Amino acid sequence: MAEEKIIVTITGQDKTGIVAKIATTMYETGVNIEDIKQTIMQDYFVMMMLCNISNSKESFSTIKDKLEEAAKSLHMTIWVQRKEIFDRMHTI
Amino acid sequence: MAMNFDVNNIMETIEMIKVHHLDIRTVTLALSLRDCCGSDTKKVAAKIYDKITKYAENLGKFADELEDEYSIPIINKRIAVTPISIITESIDNPDFIHIAKTLDKAAKEVGVDFLGGYSALVEKGCTEGDRRFMASIPEALAATDRICSSVNLAGSKAGINMVGVYKTAEIIKKAAELTKDKDGLGAAKFVCFCNSVTDNPFMAGAYCGVNEPECALNVGVSGPGVVRWAIENMPKDADLGEVANTIKKTAFKITTTGELIGRELAKRLDIPFGVIDLSLAPTPAEGDSVAGIFQAMGLSDAGAHGTTAALAMLNDAVKKGGIMASSYVGGLSGAFIPVSEDAGMIEAARKGVLTIDKLEAMTSVCSVGLDMIAIPGDTPTTTIAGMIADEMAIGMINKKTTAVRVIPVPNKKAGDWVKFGGLLGEAPVMKMNNTDSSVFINRLGRIPAPIHSLNN
Repeated sequence: MAEEKIIVTITGQDKTGIVAKIATTMYETGVNIEDIKQTIMQDYFVMMMLCNISNSKESFSTIKDKLEEAAKSLHMTIWVQRKEIFDRMHTI
Repeated sequence: MAMNFDVNNIMETIEMIKVHHLDIRTVTLALSLRDCCGSDTKKVAAKIYDKITKYAENLGKFADELEDEYSIPIINKRIAVTPISIITESIDNPDFIHIAKTLDKAAKEVGVDFLGGYSALVEKGCTEGDRRFMASIPEALAATDRICSSVNLAGSKAGINMVGVYKTAEIIKKAAELTKDKDGLGAAKFVCFCNSVTDNPFMAGAYCGVNEPECALNVGVSGPGVVRWAIENMPKDADLGEVANTIKKTAFKITTTGELIGRELAKRLDIPFGVIDLSLAPTPAEGDSVAGIFQAMGLSDAGAHGTTAALAMLNDAVKKGGIMASSYVGGLSGAFIPVSEDAGMIEAARKGVLTIDKLEAMTSVCSVGLDMIAIPGDTPTTTIAGMIADEMAIGMINKKTTAVRVIPVPNKKAGDWVKFGGLLGEAPVMKMNNTDSSVFINRLGRIPAPIHSLNN
């Protein structure tokens, strides 16, 4: 089976503990982080993570729920999407 | 495939969805009912109900799953069936309303927004079955909530069935009259065509053509807000060739997204993927407007001189971008101009700069035709027939699909306001001119198919 990859995008006010909290949730759900990029856009902290969920025992929707819960506790906005949507849209 | 992980690409995608209303407008299950024919109304209805509920059982569930996984809204789930005029043709003393209510019940059971295909194809003339069927359309629309109906009245190789045109004008009047407590909403669920398309996923005109396979998943994507945004980001003096190129690139991105969702949904439903229809379909939401694209191009209003040229370029560029993105582009693909569904067009109509005459000119280059236009309730049947005939002629000569979806709003006159609600929006009742078309229309007959050479 093809590897299942997701892109997680987190935005909001910069604060301590964002990476720690999100990464801990990923560790607990068996999600492997392959790459992280972060930047500041229009005064907002933006972090994007490329993750592999192939080895997770949880379903996509459970992973998404847990990450959304973690983001909520940080007062951050999170987007969890399968990676294909970005590959398709931006690749000829 | 390149596995790029580019911050700007990701932000662009999220912004397109979140801010500029990129969405999957509809996932439409096209389903053949050719094996449901019979001679008994109840038996035919039972077969239809069983087939629809079997094939569409998981449509909503899987669509919701995909919406969650890709974070892209899937606005409508729909079903398109074989024209019911054909399925009911062999029934002895058919009870069409029972069939219509059965379709409505099946649509509600599987949770789709609309079911299209209460339709007849009569461009060359009517069979006895077509005649009986067409007479049932107004009542069927009034007696159901989710059924859409359409009639094909003309074609480039068939000519225009003027008897059908007159009967259709009667259907429109009666459908509005029977739903007068809802401002004639029945007429908003009905459309007549020239050169109708057999794999169109959009309502009210979706049906599953007799030449289509057992079933297929057709997808309609939209995103006028995304196109407007892309043009607004260009310098004001960018030349129109550059603007066309930007529209193409944007259409490509929208189409690839739609195809990804469509193929994935088809796979989960275990049915073939049909076509992707990239149609810029506006909604009343702020910014989700085709008129907004004209304004971004530099016209003060939809309907300003230059609008037809802007629309021609837009429609063509959308198709070119879409074709590059998918091998199976079909349906209507282009730009819709439904007046009551587009905030910018509503405003232009209110100001009086967007008139029926200008809209008619625009339909010669847009993807469909006169769409969601409220007209006075006392407009004579022959005048509506004249409007339809004009629109059919544009489609027939230009070898394109054209359509008419007008609502003669009972007890309302030009300038009054009408609200249909939801995606159908609201609009002023538009002014018609008071000329008389009756002698021409009452000649009936068929306008011959046009010559396909000596083009000029």
